[in-house]
Order: sequence, then structure tokens, then C-alpha cells
Amino acid sequence: MSILVDSGTKLCVSGITGREGTFHSLRNREYGTQVVGGVTPGKGGQDVEGIPVFNTFHEAVAETGANTAMIFVPPRFAADSILEAEDAGIDLIIAITEGIPAHDELRTYTKIKQGGRSRLIGPNCPGILSPGKANVGIIPAAFFKQGNVGVVSRSGTLTYQIGNVLAQSGFGNSTIVGIGGDPVPGTDFIDVIGLFQDDPETELIVMCGEIGGDNEERAAEFIADSVSKPVVAYIAGFTAPPGKTMGHAGAIVSGSRGTAKAKAEALESKGVRVGRTPTEVAEIAVSLLGAAA
Amino acid sequence: MDLLEYQGKQVFARHGVPVPSGRHAQTVDEAASAADDIGYPCVIKAQVQIGGRGKAGGIKLANNHDEARDHAQAILGMDIRGLTVHELWVEGASQIESEYYASVVFDRSAKAPLVMLSTKGGMDIEAVADEDPDAIARLHVDPLLGFQEFHGRRLAFEARVDADVVRPIGAMLAKLYDVFITEEATLVEVNPLIVTPERDVKALDAKVTLDDNALFRHADNAELRDPSAEDPQERMAKERGLTFVKLDGNIGILGNGAGLVMSTLDVVALAGGSPANFLDAGGGSKAEAITSAVEVILSNPNVKAVLFNIFGGITRCDEVARGLIEAFNQIGEGGKSIPFVVRLDGTNDVEGRALLAEASLPNVYAESTMDAAAAKVVELAAAAS
Repeated sequence: MSILVDSGTKLCVSGITGREGTFHSLRNREYGTQVVGGVTPGKGGQDVEGIPVFNTFHEAVAETGANTAMIFVPPRFAADSILEAEDAGIDLIIAITEGIPAHDELRTYTKIKQGGRSRLIGPNCPGILSPGKANVGIIPAAFFKQGNVGVVSRSGTLTYQIGNVLAQSGFGNSTIVGIGGDPVPGTDFIDVIGLFQDDPETELIVMCGEIGGDNEERAAEFIADSVSKPVVAYIAGFTAPPGKTMGHAGAIVSGSRGTAKAKAEALESKGVRVGRTPTEVAEIAVSLLGAAA
Repeated sequence: MDLLEYQGKQVFARHGVPVPSGRHAQTVDEAASAADDIGYPCVIKAQVQIGGRGKAGGIKLANNHDEARDHAQAILGMDIRGLTVHELWVEGASQIESEYYASVVFDRSAKAPLVMLSTKGGMDIEAVADEDPDAIARLHVDPLLGFQEFHGRRLAFEARVDADVVRPIGAMLAKLYDVFITEEATLVEVNPLIVTPERDVKALDAKVTLDDNALFRHADNAELRDPSAEDPQERMAKERGLTFVKLDGNIGILGNGAGLVMSTLDVVALAGGSPANFLDAGGGSKAEAITSAVEVILSNPNVKAVLFNIFGGITRCDEVARGLIEAFNQIGEGGKSIPFVVRLDGTNDVEGRALLAEASLPNVYAESTMDAAAAKVVELAAAAS
């Protein structure tokens, strides 16, 4: 088992004819993901290395049965593309695009939530990888193998860093989910941790948070109430000054809110072990898994 | 992007939010002439983005031309908690009968706009929220529906504003919400919102934060500047398209990916060092981008050592190493006296480290783990200090 993406994933890529869109669609297909189509308005009828291109998501869904969308278009077009995918009835929408205006994210999030039929992952995320089954996004699959550790993260490169240390210690992953670094993520830690809790393959959960918002604090409450599997956490940004956006649009300490210290304390108060460095997170995970084996 | 008070008030005026009439000035002459036109008494206000301007002597009442000149002279160039005053806002003095508070904030937790109103204006609202949370009326708005008249009425009644100003305050909240949505702000705050003896309501202050990611749709806003808040090094980085934040330590940091760079700062601090900056070079590994980043880092005279922390994903470490070697060849002699610790891990890391070893760059130390690299750079920075 795994969560969100697997061999049943039928992927349709918005922006497939762009340079990055083409590159990553082909990488995802090479990994084994069923890439059934792409959407670029005005280029319907063409193909990208055999992947058919459609003018609209509606047409793509009707022709291919696509159930998953990946959004690769520039920020000014991204919200529109997400809404189109939702309107076409896509179940899972994964938005890689970085730099989408916050108000666009707010409207998109609200529409998807009220619609109740699609799930949005991201924006500004590296995507989702279920090792051995499917890779949707830009995660470098080479570092990860199939296993029992579920990873959910606001950061791409940090995820690779932690996954790499785990792999070197002989452990693999059920699924790696990048929820993205923006202020309004379509899916929160809580949602993904809940999916991992219900996934029989996942035995340990690693969550990788950072400054800004209160997603980690709310996850701490949720873990205490509803999660029986061990969770190991990392929080980046202990040294970040208040009022400065640290690369990710959502990574900002506002006044006294959203600090790494408060997040780590919230998690530790609920019994979640928090590693002080990415290496330590992997080491804690390995020790917990080793003890269980 | 945070707007200065006068910039916020100009945005308010465009949306029909009542504000005292005023003028912007950058010199004593401009301020005195603005004061003469506006009439006396008037207020000369320092334009810097920091609280406590009044206490620091940055807001003064002028009763005549000479006082206006004196105050402008005193305030221009003044240092208010580290910010130099370059600009003034001159506005007619307002009679104040009541001071309220109003805001529209981007509530990340609820994922909806949050409108707040309180009769406890003119003071630190976070303190009010802590001490007397019931004094603040709050309401989330469905962004797909927008602010309705009943929202304004409900907030005004719940905050217990004076009965005769329920309607004008409701109307002002609707306009502030319009500013929030139309200008794509993440914060619109009025503190204090005043009621005059004539029972007019006005925004006496304006705090507006705009979403940088939306500025492409707001050409006028994109041109607004705050010279007092601009750090020359941050400006240099921005012009080169780098994600950069200046910090106050002596170890320059470069990495790929925002999370990894934040984590690098933390690991360096844990090792006993103090980072001089945050710099995310992103996925790109081209020599040009790396040279550019190195120039920005070394333009800070406090930097005693530099740490490159690269985890190659889709970016290959051998490409990064080539970029680094090319960058080092382009760095001036001054830069070569600064030690660099380079940690390359991930895709093609062995090849990347081999390339660096082959190039045998002076003063460059290769490491394979983040922890070892942090320890090394802290040691080198301490030795150079």
C-alpha cells in the first residue's frame, strides 16, 4: 500500500508542452507512472513523445479517464488551471508551481473545499512519490526505495536529505508527500498524517515542518488524539529573524507567532520526538524502526 | 511588501476609505510648503515602518510655518530604532473623540480573510488580544462570497461601537475589505480608526502589506518603495533574482532549496557559528548564478567564511562543482582570502567532489555531510576573526 499515488494513478499534466513540464512528465513516465495526457490550450491534437495533448481538462478526462492532475504552468495561470482540473472532476490535483498569488490560493482552496470532490496538494511543492509505484512531480526518485516510512514535508530538498540518510541506513518509504511551502497549502500535515495512520504499509511517520503558520501545532494536537504510529519531526528555521520571508512564501515568523521553537515545543509536549538536525531525525527514525524490527 | 503609512493612506483614498488630507515631503521646504497648504495645526509624521514613532519624537504637531520647518528639520534624517527617516507625511491635525481598531488579515490557520474590530484602539492590539480577547469582534469572510453589509453591522454591534457610528464604521470595514481583495493585500490595519467630535470616522493610520507574488497584476504598487527599509545588499541580491535575507553573523551561507538553507542556518548556529545571510540558489547550478551569489555574499564585509550546502536532486553535484570552479576563477583576489567549505551530497556527489579536488582551489574545503561542513566552517570563521 501507499497513499495518494500508486499504479492506479492516471496522470494528466497541465503545461506538458513547456520545457519543465515536458522534462518532468517524461521522467515520471520513465519511472512507471501512467502519464495518460497533457493539457495545453491551443495545442490539442499534438503529442509529447507519444503522450496526447488536449485543449481542456474536460476533454482529457473524457478521452483518457485521467484521475490525477499535475500543474506545471506559470503562477499567473496556475489557479485557473487548478480550478479547471477540479471542474473536470479530477480527484487529485498536484500543483508544483511556485509563486501563485496568495489570494488566488485562497479562492482556489475555498472552491475545492466547498466542492468536496477533489484534493489539492501544494502549491509550491515537489509532488508525491510512492516508491516502486508512481512518481508525480519533481522528487528525485533515485534516493528512495520502497519501505515503511511515510514522509510529509513543507520542503523539497530537506525531504531528499532526510530520505537519503534513511536509505543509507537501509530503510525505505511508503510514500513521500510534499505539501509545499506556501501560506495556503491545499492539504495540511493533519490530512496526510491521517492517511499514513490508515495505510497498512506505513509504520513510522516523518514530518518535516518549518516556520510560519500553525500547521505543525495543529498536527501536534491531531497526533496526540488520533495517531498511534510513531511520528518523528523536524522543524527548520530556529534562527530565522521575525518578519522576514525565508525563501518559501509561507516561511515567515509574524510577530511572536509561527516560530520554530513554539512548533518544536508543541510537538514535544504531545510526545513527538523532534530531531535537531536532519541527520538526527533520520537517526531517531532508524532507532525506532530498528527497535520495532 | 510593507507599505509606508502615506502609501497605505493613498491606497485607502483610492478605495474611498476616509483619511485626513495630507501630502508627502522629502525636504524641509516641501514639508513647510505642504503644511502651509494644508493649514494649521498640522502633524509632521516620520515615514518608517516601525511602531513607537511618536514616542521616538517622529510625530510632531506644528501650529505655524516656523514650527513646521523646525519639526521637519528635526525629523528628517532622524534614526528611529535603526531606521533612518527619509520621508515625511504632513497632514491636517484631527480632533479625536474615540479611538477604535479595525483590520482585515489573511488568516492562514482558518484559510479565510479575518475582519476584526475593537473599541480599544490606539494601543498594541496583540496586548489587547492577550488581556481582553472579548474586546475584539472577529469574523471570517467566505472569499467566494465577499464582505456583506450584515458582516459590517454584526462586527460594529459586537464590538459595541457608539450607536450613531455603526453604519459609517460598517461602511468603512466594507471598503477596507475591498482594499484587501482588490490590492491583494495580506494585511490591512487601521490603528487608530478615529471618531471626531463631528462624528466622522477616519483612518488615522494605515498599515498595508501587499502580496509580493501578486505585484505583477499591480504595476502601480510594484513601484512603491521604502528607502529606509532597503538594505543595499538585499537590493543587490534582488536585482540578481536571488532569494536572500541579510542576517547579522559572519558566516556566509548558500544552499539549494529554502528548507535546506533554513536548516543550514540552524545547523551552523548549533555548531556555535553565526550566519551572515540566507541565500537560496534554487535549482539552478549555472556558473553565472553561482558567481553572482558569491559576489552578493562577499559584498558583506562581516563575512569571514562561507558554507555552500548543496544536496543534488535533479540538480547534479558535478554541474554545481563546475559552476563553483568557474565562479572561483572569476572572484577577485580579495575574495580568495575567505575560506569556503563546500558540502556536496546527492546526485553525482562523488564526481562533484573529485572535480573540486582536481581543481585544487586554494582555501576550499570539501565535506560530504551537513554536520561536518557546519563544524568546519564555524572553526574557520573563528580562526579568521
